[in-house]
Amino acid sequence: MDWLDVVIILVKVVVCFLLLNLLLAVVVWAERKVIADMQSRIGPNRAGPYGLLQSIADGLKLFTKEDIFPLSADRIVYPIAPIISAVPAFLAFTVVPFGNMLSIGHRHITLQIADINVGLLFFLAMGSIAVYGVALAGWSSGSKYPLIGAVRSSAQMISYEIAMGLSVIPVVLYAGTLSTRGIVLAQQHMWFIGAQIPSFLIYLIAGVAECNRAPFDLPEAETELVAGFHTEYSGIKFMLFFMAEYMHIVTISAIAVTLFFGGWMGPHPNFLVPLWGVLWFLGKTAAFVFLFYWVRASFPRLRYDQLMNVGWKFLIPIGMAWIPISAAVHIFDIRRVVLVGAGVIVGIIVLSLVLPTKKPEVLTEEEAKTTA
Amino acid sequence: MALPTIAFWILAAFTAVSTLFTVLTRNVVHSALGLAASLIGAAALFILFGAQFVGLAQILIYVGAVVILFMFGIMLTGTAVRPVVDNDQRPAAALVALAVFLVLAAGIVSSFGTKKVRFQVAFPTVQLGHQLFTTWVLPFEAVSILLLAALVGAIVLARRD
Amino acid sequence: MLASYLPIAFLLILAGAFALVSVTLSRLISPKDPSPQKLMPYECGIAEIDPPVERFPVRFYLVAMLFVIFDVEVILFFPWALSFKSFPVFSLIAMSVFIFMLGVAFVYEWRNGGLEWD
Repeated sequence: MDWLDVVIILVKVVVCFLLLNLLLAVVVWAERKVIADMQSRIGPNRAGPYGLLQSIADGLKLFTKEDIFPLSADRIVYPIAPIISAVPAFLAFTVVPFGNMLSIGHRHITLQIADINVGLLFFLAMGSIAVYGVALAGWSSGSKYPLIGAVRSSAQMISYEIAMGLSVIPVVLYAGTLSTRGIVLAQQHMWFIGAQIPSFLIYLIAGVAECNRAPFDLPEAETELVAGFHTEYSGIKFMLFFMAEYMHIVTISAIAVTLFFGGWMGPHPNFLVPLWGVLWFLGKTAAFVFLFYWVRASFPRLRYDQLMNVGWKFLIPIGMAWIPISAAVHIFDIRRVVLVGAGVIVGIIVLSLVLPTKKPEVLTEEEAKTTA
Repeated sequence: MALPTIAFWILAAFTAVSTLFTVLTRNVVHSALGLAASLIGAAALFILFGAQFVGLAQILIYVGAVVILFMFGIMLTGTAVRPVVDNDQRPAAALVALAVFLVLAAGIVSSFGTKKVRFQVAFPTVQLGHQLFTTWVLPFEAVSILLLAALVGAIVLARRD
Repeated sequence: MLASYLPIAFLLILAGAFALVSVTLSRLISPKDPSPQKLMPYECGIAEIDPPVERFPVRFYLVAMLFVIFDVEVILFFPWALSFKSFPVFSLIAMSVFIFMLGVAFVYEWRNGGLEWD
């Protein structure tokens, strides 16, 4: 590694950061356009052709807006909460492989910001830091809606974080590596979606919930909590929260593509090979981002108890049961496993029907032992 | 000075300063935030020495779960409105902290002595798994019992309504 | 190995600097016209009657406690999944025992209403 490598890394990071910001502007504009279309509205159409410059106009507006600092807000935490929210959101994207290799002369540039060999864990770790942005913002505002929003929101995020962690483990098991690049390369013959439909569905639902997006957007349910944890934020600080939210959508879509849909891989003609990889990656990711919009336009918001039930009583048990099943499929004859797996699933369904849905009376120690 | 050495000193200073901030501030939320920062610094140090899995597990469990639990405790109780707490046990706490520091320092010095730590060794996570399922399989199963006990304890704590 | 973390450090500095600079710049150029009404906690237009809620349901704390436990479990799955192919049958049995123990805990929690939100 010489100084030229460091320069290449530096250039790559700066270029990727600028492109990500541009991508965010497009994602926000596209959401408004798509949702408008689904609701028979026109959507943004004033700033630039088809309103394409709307996000930039919004950014400039927020940048020059008065920055209100409420008297009840904490002097230190209130201003840094948006930064704590935005930075991990950008960092999480570093492990996403958006293409294969680019060879210039004898130098090979990996089309990924940082190819670390525990990439998937890094993505999850950044997701767990994201809870801080929400919790600190809500607490430091010193006002009731942000506090309630923050408590709800962080409880939701940590619940679905477990489901997400469980859903990626079968993929790690099949790929035998935690490196996101390694996981893509392991899908050369078959995409993991083929064998991992339950994992994928759990990941997808948990991903939507992790971003606090509709239909899991209770923390900012406008009708009851104004804007949730960022009610007291205005101007540029609000913009940082906004960017973090959309950055999470992009990263979660990109990781879904990486884990289950073969990342940058796809049929391509034999010229400009790296470019085709990037195009495939962008196309697949765009499909997932579109899914986020579509879900938002289609489903009504859940009630809070329903939200927690989906996470704890549905996603986590199924995720936990699916791990040994898919491990067994890997080593044993598939027919036997299908039989056992079907048995386990039936067992889970029976169990969930038998278990009381109403709050039961408190069991004594003896009874508890027999149930266990 | 080599780059890893510079990185080490920066991270060590960051960890030390945020730890000091944790114990010196009187605001509980600032304290929790300082603790999270110092744990992130420690995680970065783990990664610097090649223990990538341990470093990220530290972020996931300590920063992402244990300190978040503290934050919940703070947000859910009245401390959200009156975050400044203090009592007259500072000298005693300082004494205990000093004693813990001495014990840990003595332990580290006696086990490593003047051995030099090298930076460029990465400990593969696969090896960790191998170790876990050959040498340490019984402790691993014991962990599940511990988690079971913790879960039962959590329910018992919360169900005194 | 460490070189692969270099871009992350660069991006950390870049994104942090971007956030800090934009917050500072915005503070410099934005208008400043505070008024007592503007600086009050947001209450949809009326004056604040009560201070923020003092206490929340203990359920939320229970969720956070359960989260810590399950997070440890999830982390332990990773080295298992990585080394699975070296000794599949043995580690599958070991992990099944582990999952069974947690399953027992999970059912206990469920039956005791630890997952109820009513």
